[in-house]
Amino acid sequence: MADDKHTPPEVDRLTGIATTGHEWDGIKELNTPLPRWWLWTFYATIIWAIGYMVFYPAIPLISSHTVGLLGHTNRAAVQVELAKLETQRTIQAAGLANASFEQIKANPDLNRIALARGKAAFGDNCMGCHGAGGMGFVGYPNLADDDWIWGGKPEQIQQTILHGIRWEQSTDTRVGNMPAFGRTGMLKRDEIAESVEYVRSLAGLDVEKSANLAKGKEVFAANCASCHGDEGKGNQELGAPSLTDAIWLYGNSRAAMTEGLVNGRAGAMPSWSGRLDPVTIKALTVYVGSLGGGQ
Amino acid sequence: MAATLPAPQLKITDLGAGIAFGALALLTLIIAGKTEYPAYAFHALVFAIASGWACFKVFDNATSRGPVAIPQEIGGKPNYNMGPVKFATIAAMFWGIAGFTVGLVIALQLAFPVFNFELPWISFGRLRPLHTSAVIFAFGGNVLLATSFYVVQKTSRARLAGDIAPWFVILGYNLFIVIAGTGYLLGITQGKEYAEPEWYADLWLTVVWVVYLLVFLATLWKRKEPHIYVANWFYLGFIVTIAVLHLGNNATIPVSIFSPKSYIVWSGVQDAMFQWWYGHNAVGFFLTAGFLGIMYYFIPKRAERPVYSYRLSIIHFWSLIFLYIWAGPHHLHYTALPDWAQTLGMTFSIMLWMPSWGGMINGLLTLSGAWDKLRTDPVLRMMVVSVAFYGMSTFEGPLMSIKAVNSLSHYTDWTIGHVHSGALGWVGYISFGAIYCLVPWLWNKKSLYSDRLVNWHFWISTLGIVLYITAMWVSGILQGLMWRAYTPLGFLEYSFIETVAAMKPFYVIRALGGGLFLAGALIMAYNLWMTVRGAPEAREASLGDALPATR
Amino acid sequence: MTDIPATVPRKTSLWARHKIFETNSIFLILGVLFVISIGGLVEIAPLFYLQSTIERVKGVRPYSPLELAGRAIYVREGCYNCHSQMIRPLRDEVERYGHYSLAAESMYDKPFQWGSKRTGPDLARVGGKYSDEWQLRHLNDPRSVVPLSIMPAYPWLATTDLKYNDIAIDMKVNRLSGVPYTDEMILNAAADLRAQINPEDPGAADVEKRYPKAIIRSFAGDPKRVTEADALIAYLQVLGTMVDFKLYDNKANLR
Ligand code: HEC
Ligand code: HEC
Ligand code: HEC
Ligand code: HEM
Ligand code: HEM
Ligand SMILES: [Ca+2]
Ligand SMILES: [Ca+2]
Ligand SMILES: [Cu+2]
Repeated sequence: MADDKHTPPEVDRLTGIATTGHEWDGIKELNTPLPRWWLWTFYATIIWAIGYMVFYPAIPLISSHTVGLLGHTNRAAVQVELAKLETQRTIQAAGLANASFEQIKANPDLNRIALARGKAAFGDNCMGCHGAGGMGFVGYPNLADDDWIWGGKPEQIQQTILHGIRWEQSTDTRVGNMPAFGRTGMLKRDEIAESVEYVRSLAGLDVEKSANLAKGKEVFAANCASCHGDEGKGNQELGAPSLTDAIWLYGNSRAAMTEGLVNGRAGAMPSWSGRLDPVTIKALTVYVGSLGGGQ
Repeated sequence: MAATLPAPQLKITDLGAGIAFGALALLTLIIAGKTEYPAYAFHALVFAIASGWACFKVFDNATSRGPVAIPQEIGGKPNYNMGPVKFATIAAMFWGIAGFTVGLVIALQLAFPVFNFELPWISFGRLRPLHTSAVIFAFGGNVLLATSFYVVQKTSRARLAGDIAPWFVILGYNLFIVIAGTGYLLGITQGKEYAEPEWYADLWLTVVWVVYLLVFLATLWKRKEPHIYVANWFYLGFIVTIAVLHLGNNATIPVSIFSPKSYIVWSGVQDAMFQWWYGHNAVGFFLTAGFLGIMYYFIPKRAERPVYSYRLSIIHFWSLIFLYIWAGPHHLHYTALPDWAQTLGMTFSIMLWMPSWGGMINGLLTLSGAWDKLRTDPVLRMMVVSVAFYGMSTFEGPLMSIKAVNSLSHYTDWTIGHVHSGALGWVGYISFGAIYCLVPWLWNKKSLYSDRLVNWHFWISTLGIVLYITAMWVSGILQGLMWRAYTPLGFLEYSFIETVAAMKPFYVIRALGGGLFLAGALIMAYNLWMTVRGAPEAREASLGDALPATR
Repeated sequence: MTDIPATVPRKTSLWARHKIFETNSIFLILGVLFVISIGGLVEIAPLFYLQSTIERVKGVRPYSPLELAGRAIYVREGCYNCHSQMIRPLRDEVERYGHYSLAAESMYDKPFQWGSKRTGPDLARVGGKYSDEWQLRHLNDPRSVVPLSIMPAYPWLATTDLKYNDIAIDMKVNRLSGVPYTDEMILNAAADLRAQINPEDPGAADVEKRYPKAIIRSFAGDPKRVTEADALIAYLQVLGTMVDFKLYDNKANLR
């Protein structure tokens, strides 16, 4: 059996290279020298690596680390990048920041930039709630129609975006809750049912034949008109939606309406003033306005 | 009846092991009774049953064995202990198919979220770690256990050290897998990639692993060959280093012994560094060093050619293990890990390229003079293609370590593509090759049931791999480019959800590729089953096993 | 044939020295251990002593009991498999997700949840980006708000009561390895946890005192019942909100 002390290495017939003289379960090893190209490439990577370490922060020391000849850091680099982007945008941004909404509307260039900027921000920040194209979901209003809960003038939209709706952390947020009439016992079961039928009649929806609309009207006048208006046309100051049109934030089923009356409604929208910069919010305002219903 | 038996001889080691198992059974029984966490109680019960069984088995064996020790040699030939190897081989096939199936399921979940079925235990976040652990630790781990126990015996010409120890390693390891895997499904996880098992599973693995190291070492000590074969350097490097990594990355404090939960002592950025020191070297030592050990035995053996270069073995072994350890920070490029560490991670990854290719060269060029065998031997072909995939992914890896490239590839499917060219191509194929070799050898068959089926397996799964990794390259690069795309006016072009939608066709193609890979593995399982069932044929004397150990 | 080529190792050559590792497994092990220690030591040890590793910033506090419990749900459900919590200092990421993440922001995270794959968007600053109601609806059925989403639904979170018997021990264990929970925090852990979802709870003010800026409200709708959704949403809503970047000096922590 193979043993390095005793067996002289033999030469492999196919390659002409000597083996090391060992054998394990029939396996031998050739003593081929290291392939040159392999060795030189290895050296090259080592030299490159050392070079790189000289130029970039690399070696930890006792109380600091080497910073490299280039003085590069990821964080400084991104600040430069962002600053570059800012300069590229300054001209646009300055234009946007200083222009009034009318001026933006009147200036096709500014308008185009605002829309582009608004669209980019909308996709990652607003679409989750307001859907693609601002079409909305149950509980999240459609921004592409001309029905506004809090107002569709640019200033109103901007106010909404800046401070959010029922957003506790923001002091200037829009407030105005739909009370939980049922849960708090302000209204009885049948009163709720009657007001639901009355609201349906206001909106031209089908109404139970047996419904006592006169009673419903009474309840409405006493409890709802303060927010939704005498005729149920809504009040943008309070964020109370119109109850006379075909647009329903929570749907127009009896169940949805009853649910709202029993437990109240208080959809919340975050405030964006800390998250997005003022110019982006302005651009978003223009963009949201452009979706179809801006006034 | 007792009188007819020779006086039972209870060795002190048996006694010790029996008592330890008994104590563990008792302890886990108490935990099962006291804990408030049903999933943990279930695990404790599994431990109690397993250790109770082990306790019984140890005493039963010791008392029924009689005074004769298992002979180390029979007729001048080593009395190899192949029972544990057989078990691990079957386990590997089983877990492989399970792991690939779960891979296919999560691939489908990403393409069609309905496949989550709104069930907690099979939702993507729980199944994905099950997949990674099943393929790496259960499939890969059993392949490593089987082959390392086989190779170390053969290349040492010595019977595996210990009687119960090897079985303890194999069964204990698979118990760990069962605990880890069921834990994920039940929501028990540490939340560290590739180290998800909780503290008690980690602890158990530590014990198993120490015994593994001891069995391996003690077998080397018994060797009849003067030198340790290169495959065993790699196996030893793998075993030792995994032990170190496992301890470092799992340094946790349990909330209590009655709770499955624990908190790692490191936090934030240090924890991140520990994690990827571990994670990268799980690749480097589990999926690379260990599998190189497999390559160094099975390719020369199958090709009947000497290993290409002993000198290359030496240089690439030491440089590989030295450099690998440094490369972890390439998983943390541009994160809150300080820049200096990122530089080290990047530069050492580049230097790692040639040491990795040293393994590829040694594998491929071992065939010089025997290339024609690739035409006739599909098993050898599988292993050679495996080495080619190894070369490919160890070129891609350093490329992805370059920060500029990583800024694009990180977080994307490109990483997934890279993983699977290494995992399916390298780890998968070298394992399949080794198992195709092992099964006829272990079960004393002259050959496999069908070489044609191996061919089918090869081509179907190769098609699967190609579909998988090309789909992921395209989707990964597309994803990376879409995330950073700017409009001419200087604004982000795509919202995140648009990039999610764009991935869909590639996720479907990936699932198809995964399905083919799984189909290949099923063909393999059938082939192996038929091989084992086939009539035994006396093996050539030169391969020389004596009787397999009684078990 | 009997000629032995020059490539055969001589006893004196360097190659022959390797014999010591090939004939002695202990040397081989020691060699391996030595070689693999170096990289780890050089890369890991300095992170514990170099001052520059973790930025000095104001505002980062340990998680409140409810947030900590929510974090455990996040880990349990494996959200990190799809979501990163690490905004890189790259232009597009800062634009999309906000200020790049600081090491300080995860300094009490055990384990860290930076992630390695972004199947879903980064969550490092998702706190305050959506309302609780949206988060709840999204967790219950992601496709009801994001039709193209591929995120799994987690309807069981809102219906499962949070299990928090161990919460005080959780905090103690965190403290053992460096999270600055005080005795007071640990003593009141369970009470604080319940109070955080109920602004009317007499202990609510104390929660805010102990955990500055903690959000106190019913996250999943019922202030009387702490569900897993309450905890998870409380955790999501605090992500990325602790550091006030108006006061943060970008130039001071370049590293
Ligand atoms: C967490 C979900 C959410 C997100 C994110 C969100 N919104 Fe809203 N938004 C709402 C809800 C809910 C309302 C309606 C509140 C109500 O019921 O009065 C609303 C209302 C509005 C309104 C007022 C509509 C009207 O009819 O008066 C505007 C304008 C608006 N959102 C714009 C945006 C913009 C722009 C963004 C992104 C920067 C955004 N929203 C992000 C939830 C959200
Ligand atoms: C304090 C003011 C207030 C009062 C009083 C009030 N509402 Fe409202 N109502 C609101 C607000 C604000 C909303 C919108 C809530 C939201 O957007 O989340 C609303 C929403 C609604 C809606 C849902 C509209 C939709 O688009 O889905 C209905 C229906 C409704 N109210 C009916 C009533 C009725 C009937 C009463 C009286 C019994 C009433 N409200 C009293 C403020 C009020
Ligand atoms: C299969 C992958 C996957 C898993 C697992 C997953 N998510 Fe998501 N997640 C997504 C995708 C894709 C999106 C983007 C589409 C959307 O908003 O639903 C997303 C979006 C989100 C968002 C909105 C982020 C934003 O800024 O718009 C939050 C919050 C979130 N996920 C939380 C979680 C939590 C918490 C878990 C675990 C309980 C989780 N996710 C598990 C894929 C996943
Ligand atoms: C049928 C075959 C397989 C299929 C269909 C499959 C599918 C998948 C899928 C869908 C993922 C998740 C990707 C994501 O999150 O985007 C994944 C991850 C992973 N798979 Fe597989 N896989 C297969 C085989 C394997 C094998 C054989 C291995 C290893 C030996 C492996 C190792 C991994 C690893 C390590 C990850 C995690 C990657 C990361 O986190 O970056 N897979 N696989
Ligand atoms: C020289 C060799 C290699 C280098 C330098 C290397 C480098 C890399 C890099 C840069 C990443 C991406 C990290 C990120 O951006 O998140 C990565 C990921 C990965 N690689 Fe490799 N790789 C190498 C070989 C391999 C091999 C052979 C495999 C084997 C099977 C493998 C398995 C993986 C896995 C599983 C991941 C995913 C880790 C995660 O979960 O994020 N690598 N590798
Ligand atoms: Ca673990
Ligand atoms: Ca990963
Ligand atoms: Cu790596």
